[in-house]
Amino acid sequence: MIRKLALAFFLMLSALPALAVNPDEILADPALEARARKISAELRCMVCQNQSIDDSNAELAKDLRVLVRERLTRGDTDEQVFDYVVSRYGEFVLLKPRFSLKTALLWGAPAALLLIGGTILLAAALRRSRPTPGPAPLSPEEEARLKELMREE
Amino acid sequence: MIVELGHFALVISLVVSLLVSVVPVYGVMKRDAALMALAPIGTLVVFGLVAIAFAVLTHAHFTSDFSVMNVWQNSHSLVPAIYKISGVWGNHEGSMMLWLLILTLFSAMVAAFSSNLPVRLRTLVLAVQGWIAAAFSLFIVLTSNPFIRLDPAPVEGQDLNPVLQDVGLAIHPPLLYLGYVGFSVCFSFAVAALIEGRIDAAWARWVRPWALGAWAFLTLGIAMGSYWAYYELGWGGWWFWDPVENASFMPWLAGTALLHSALVMEKRDALKIWTILLSILTFSLSLLGTFLVRSGVLTSVHAFASDPTRGIFILVLLLLFIGGALSLFAFRAGTLRAGGLFAPISREGALVLNNLILTVATASVLIGTLYPMLMETLTGEKISVGAPFFNLSFGLLMVPLLIVLPFGPLLAWKRADLAGASQRLFVAVLAALAVALAMYYAENGGPVMAILGLAAGFWIVFGALADLWGRAGFRRVATDQAFRRLFGLPRSAFGTALAHLGFGVTVIGIVAVSAFATETVTETKPGGVIDAGGYQLRFDGMKDAKGPNYTESRAHFTISRGGATVGDVWSSKRIYVARQMPTTEAGILTFGLSQLYVSLGDPTPDGGIVVRIWWKPTILCIWLGAVIMAVGGFVSLSDRRLRVGAPRRAANRGALAPGLEAAE
Repeated sequence: MIRKLALAFFLMLSALPALAVNPDEILADPALEARARKISAELRCMVCQNQSIDDSNAELAKDLRVLVRERLTRGDTDEQVFDYVVSRYGEFVLLKPRFSLKTALLWGAPAALLLIGGTILLAAALRRSRPTPGPAPLSPEEEARLKELMREE
Repeated sequence: MIVELGHFALVISLVVSLLVSVVPVYGVMKRDAALMALAPIGTLVVFGLVAIAFAVLTHAHFTSDFSVMNVWQNSHSLVPAIYKISGVWGNHEGSMMLWLLILTLFSAMVAAFSSNLPVRLRTLVLAVQGWIAAAFSLFIVLTSNPFIRLDPAPVEGQDLNPVLQDVGLAIHPPLLYLGYVGFSVCFSFAVAALIEGRIDAAWARWVRPWALGAWAFLTLGIAMGSYWAYYELGWGGWWFWDPVENASFMPWLAGTALLHSALVMEKRDALKIWTILLSILTFSLSLLGTFLVRSGVLTSVHAFASDPTRGIFILVLLLLFIGGALSLFAFRAGTLRAGGLFAPISREGALVLNNLILTVATASVLIGTLYPMLMETLTGEKISVGAPFFNLSFGLLMVPLLIVLPFGPLLAWKRADLAGASQRLFVAVLAALAVALAMYYAENGGPVMAILGLAAGFWIVFGALADLWGRAGFRRVATDQAFRRLFGLPRSAFGTALAHLGFGVTVIGIVAVSAFATETVTETKPGGVIDAGGYQLRFDGMKDAKGPNYTESRAHFTISRGGATVGDVWSSKRIYVARQMPTTEAGILTFGLSQLYVSLGDPTPDGGIVVRIWWKPTILCIWLGAVIMAVGGFVSLSDRRLRVGAPRRAANRGALAPGLEAAE
């Protein structure tokens, strides 16, 4: 309970020392290892608060790191590795959710807001900057009436 | 007895807050000066009472009075004195007390320094502050009372969470709350003005100093928190897009927009709707952050459901304050008359674009933070939205901001000449590209995109300098005269340039660390030498040590470069005795703006140890930039034009230096 409340502060969410990749996990091929690191950074440690498996020292994170490296060594593409992990753990494991109907709002919102807001503001700015048209010119009848009034003066 | 006194003071402060929130408003309606005069007096009394309650709680923590449940749960007799004090706000109840203390401090400052405000506006502002104070005192008294006693009193406490036993806890939350809660004043001004129905440039002049002060503190608070996380967590990360971080970052983004639009409103009587709306939104986001952090809803939707009292309470407050203020805004927005006209290409136009980008950035962080929660509540499906998402979406949104920022201060009000501004910034672009390329080659490569990122950072730095250069009139007037003009520039001009420059410095730091940082993970034994980041680290061996409330094993490293020893560092792993909780204390060695970060892993079976070493080039720029930004805010705040009650004196200054006013 107390620990849950202490979440308040910045750091609390990752309170345990996070110690990431161990030397024995590192692949011999640096290119493959670099890909593994990149993939690991996008996979969630399922038992942690908000950490990728790359940053976590939880047992489960280690298992998943090893799994990712196994798949890569077997020749999987990055996409296949993600597919495989998702098939085992569900979409929850992805820190960057895939674009789908359900996440359309999430992915689309920034662009949509920028577009809508920009259009409204631009329209308003153009309207504001245009000099306001003066009063309409007098009609012939009004002209005549005006002349008459002036003469009366 | 003392504890009961604090408890009593807290309850009385709630009662007085309720009085302040109701009686003076009645006075405003009845035009009764005596009733209105209750607002400032009552506000000062509330602050005094909350300060007493807070002092009592601090006393209980300092003297380790374990008969107080809050002390028992969050302290230990062996904790060093400084952490006994900072431990006051290292827990839910205490941090709500700090929140309330700072809120009432701001109210008291408004009461004390606003005698030149129209009396009705002042009364209403204080009343709105009173509503907030009453709501949060009620929350504390009913759901989070720190003064509850235990009988019999336990002999020993359960200890403060080891991660919080750091100077970071002493500094970070107070700074953060000064910012977070400081925006309440802007909120109250906006609500009061909407009730009154009078919103003009003078109003903006009163609001801006509060926005500026709150923003500068929030900037420092966030930077401090980031640096704390960096050195404490032991893996060199400095920003995690964690919901708790986002909760403080969103008010910062909205507050930055507020600051800029209040400027336009003050000078040109334009952007009224923006300013009022941002005043409301910024503090609403602070409240939302408090809700997210305090209700437990972040841990999981289920945690929230299992212990909903606090969550529901804050949720109701949230709906009342945000909903109420926004309804009032919707009701009154039609009566806001747009003031000064301006062409799309103008200083005003640039600031509107700035507001748009910052608001959309705030919204996308908000959506990203709440999306998993809403998704789970509505469909039961769990998804994650983490750092990779935010880096991509937020990063893309910042691109246009980075490009157009230096143009803003160079554009004239009303109608500006973009070609002229581009001409004046031409040198800045070239210089930025040259320096970025030089830095890229000095780092021996890295992703090519880093050149663009670095150039963007330097472009903002040089753009800010070009702004000052242009205002002083170098190359247009004689150099000595230009220097005289430079020193005669209003402080707000320096504030703007510093804040922008600081932002550029932060960008440079972020790009350089993301692109050029190296990581070395290896096993080593005593005597072993590790190559990392161009340095050689010799592991000299382990040593056991004992602190006041922990035991640790410390590893010593001697660091050399090209055969010459350049320094040494201790890196350790601690076990805090009371909670049997391990932490890592990274060893950090600073070279200029760069750092070598050494963290210990697990021992290996054959007597060695896993070591992780990061080389973080120019990482200090990230926080240095934030400090420069905050300094810019404070410099601007010290401009006499911005001081409350300055308008008359400002007119004199204008007469003394007519050329300067025109130059702005």
